[in-house]
Order: sequence, then C-alpha cells, then structure tokens
Amino acid sequence: MTIKGKAYIAGAYEHPTRKAPDKSLAQLHAEVAIGALADAGLTKDDVDGYFCAGDAPGMGPLSMVDYLNLRVRHVDSTDVGGSSYLLHVAHAAEAIAAGKCRVALITLAGRPRSEGMATGTQPRAGNLAQPDVQFEYPYGVTVANAYAMVAMRHMHEFGTTSEQLAWIKVAASHHAQHNPHAMLRDVVTVADVVNSPMVADPLHRLDCCVISDGGGALLVVAPEVAKSLKRPLVKVIGAGEAPKGQLGGAVDLTYSGARYSGAAAFAEAGVKPSDIKYASIYDSFTITVLMQLEDLGFCAKGEGGKFVADGNLISGVGKLPFNTDGGGLCNNHPANRGGITKVIEAVRQLRGEAHPAVQVRNCDVALAHGTGGLLGTRHGSATLIMERE
Amino acid sequence: MANVQRKIPAPTPTPETEAFWKATADGTFLVRRCTACGKPHWYPRAICPFCMSDKTEWVESKGTGRIYSYSVMRRAAEPYAIAYVTLDEGTTMLTNLVQCDFDALKIGQAVKLVLMPTEGGPPVPCFTPA
Repeated sequence: MTIKGKAYIAGAYEHPTRKAPDKSLAQLHAEVAIGALADAGLTKDDVDGYFCAGDAPGMGPLSMVDYLNLRVRHVDSTDVGGSSYLLHVAHAAEAIAAGKCRVALITLAGRPRSEGMATGTQPRAGNLAQPDVQFEYPYGVTVANAYAMVAMRHMHEFGTTSEQLAWIKVAASHHAQHNPHAMLRDVVTVADVVNSPMVADPLHRLDCCVISDGGGALLVVAPEVAKSLKRPLVKVIGAGEAPKGQLGGAVDLTYSGARYSGAAAFAEAGVKPSDIKYASIYDSFTITVLMQLEDLGFCAKGEGGKFVADGNLISGVGKLPFNTDGGGLCNNHPANRGGITKVIEAVRQLRGEAHPAVQVRNCDVALAHGTGGLLGTRHGSATLIMERE
Repeated sequence: MANVQRKIPAPTPTPETEAFWKATADGTFLVRRCTACGKPHWYPRAICPFCMSDKTEWVESKGTGRIYSYSVMRRAAEPYAIAYVTLDEGTTMLTNLVQCDFDALKIGQAVKLVLMPTEGGPPVPCFTPA
C-alpha cells in the first residue's frame, strides 16, 4: 500500500493579505477555500473531505465545516503545529486511496499580527495537564530560545557560524524581492543579519521569520478528478511524518524528526535528494532550515553551514533553490504556521507558475518539508514529495 | 553578575509530581528512576519512558552536571539563560542558568544545583557554574 500516484494537488491558494484586522478568523479560512476552489476549477459541492489544524476556530473541524456548510464524509484535524498541512496532504492522499473522499480541502488562516501576539519571545503556559508544562514553563521557554538552543549546540558540535546561518536569510530575501505580497522585500546581506539585534543567543532578529496574518488552502483530489480539470498535474509521490521530543531525557538536539520523515518520503517516492529540483524548507528560523537540509540528506550531518553559504539556496545561482516565494523568513508565516505556504510554492514551481525571476527550469520533482512546534523541545516533522506529470 | 533575576512562575504539580515539588520545597532535588530497567529519566513520570514499567521511584540527585546547550533570552525585560543540563546521573533536563555572567557561559561547563524561588509555588531546580 502506497500513496504514490493516488492523489494530486489540484488547487493551491495563498491569501494576499499580511495584515487583516478587518476580517474574522473564520472568514479568512473561507476566503482561502474560495481561492483554492477557483484555482482548481471546482466548487464547494465537490468537496467531500475537510482538513484543518489548531488554527481553525472551534472544536477540530466542526465549526469550519459548519461555517462553510460543507457536506463531507471525511475529516481530519491532526495538529502538529506548522507541519500540520504537509501531513494533511499525505493523510488526504491516504483517504483518497482508501476511497474515503475524492476532493479534500485543507485550510489554514490566522491573524497573530493584528492580535499583537509576541509570538516568538513570550513564554506561554499552555494546558496545565500537558505533562511537560510544569517542568518547562517556569524556565521561560519561548519559540525563539528553544530553537536557539539547537543552533548553539550545532555551532558547538560542528563549528557552524552565524554568518553561515545568515546566508539562509540572504537567499530568502533574494527571492522575496520578486514577490509583491512579501512582508520583507529588501535584499539583505550577511552583515545585515549578524548585526541585527540579538533575540536569543545565537539567533538575531533577522534569523527569525515574520509574523503575519493571512492563510492558504489546498485541494487534494483523486486522479480522475485531477485529470478532468484544466490545471497542470501535480502528483503526490511520497510522504513521511515523525514527531520527536526529548527522548525521555536522552536529549539530542543535533537532529530533527526530518531524519525519519524524509527517509520515509524518499523511499516511498523512489527518488533521492539529488533528484529534487526545488525544495520548500520550513523556515521559522534560519537554524530550522539548516537542520532540515542535513536531516533530509541534502548534505551530510554537520555540513549544513557550508552547504547554505555563498548563495547555494538562491534560485538561478545555487544548487538547491529553496523557498522562492521568500519563505517564512521574508514573505509570509500566516497563523505562525508556515506549512501550507511551503506546499503552495512547491505547487507553483511544479506548474511553472512561480515568479519568472525565481522559476526553476525543468522543475519536475519538488520537496516540501515542515517542522511544527519547537525544534528544541518537541516537534512534528512532515515531508512531502511531489512530481509534475 | 549584574543580571536582575526574572520572576519565575510557579510550577503547577499534578498527582504524578506532588512528591517532586514537595521535595524541592524541603530543599531536595529528586529524579525519577525505573527499578525495572535501571534508567533515570526526565521529566519525571510514573511510567518509565524506556520500558513502560510502572516500577519507578524517586532518588535524590547529586545536583551536579554539565551544560548540554543554552541560550540567553535577550529580548526580555530581565534577560535570562535557558539551558539543557545533563545531570551526572545521566539524564538531561531543561532548566535555567542563574547567578552567573551570561557572557561567560560555555557548553560542557560544570554546573551545580540552585533551588530558585518561584512566585507563590515551590522552588524550581536551576543551575549555576560549579
């Protein structure tokens, strides 16, 4: 049993807003659903599966299914933070392969910018029944310092430098200059990044992603549905998922769940990292990208710093074009969850619909990867490999 | 050394951890160890995360270890150092590094226990250079 070739991504839509004080959360979810349906050439009545995660208002999928007035026969609200939507594509493909639905809608939306959330730097207590909270919240764990500890260990273990991490932001900024919707469109230099204010050692302000309102949606459909539509065919050929935590106290910050989710996705797809023409790599922070590139096998463990340096991630310049929309680092990180935009840009690349300045030539196989939650404490990891047919 | 110590929120014990927090209030730092497989683990659980045995017990830690990783949170009213410390018992825990020069911290550095007061709750185990 495999999902290879059992489902296609027929609709992909990224909301153009980056600040939406005048819209409700449910409204944003609905607007991205409309966008994805229009992109695919499908209607609301075609949707028979619905997927969302913790950003959706209400209990699991119930409120949004009701708001949209969908009549669905399959739902899934698995929440693994920002990686949820990559996992949803895989779960939708599984459901389609099993005959449980034919047209699966996935939505994400949020308005952390309008709500003034100190997203990355404010400790949050969470649910007190969560067993780790009493042993972590008192110490001031935030998104930023949890990722920062991963970077600090990587530097200690492998000699990675702040300048090498900065190249990841530099590459993202080179791409964002061509995206009229990107929050940060100015091209930055390594010096700009390492001279920006320190947030949590060793991560500077420009090592961090943006905080944006907005959202995105995807439609994952059965092969016969995809082939009845007028859009280029983007086929799901492999997927993997792997949560990772503190391993009972045998903490190892030198690798992420991508080691396992990536291997599973490549095995299912029957391709190698060297076959990937374009990669969407989750970029909550620069270190997130570095870790995932190593764990996915684009370079050896510990070699990530050298791999990302000197523009190797810049489309048209380097060997592995990444996040050609500007990524979370420069373009968009709606709802503090960048997973869906990772899939959307990969779909654009495979369709040949990315901005001409960043479109990868002959882009036939692409990878999208997400890390959700906190890389330094516990995180979800989801890898997706897609092929243009 | 001029760091102003941030106020530490109180931990909220559960039935599984009441003994741990009662011990810190009495000045003792406990770790949880499995008598079936012999391994200590962190954070403390009734059920061993390695072998799923429920034969786990509290043992007093020596309160010494080394810094596995850390980060100084600069974007805060009172900067503070979050860290993973690997205890000499062999398990690694999330904690704070306190009463020290944040700019002199190093991975691998030896540290020792300091029980730090919290806002209205039992003290939490933190560490300072040994």
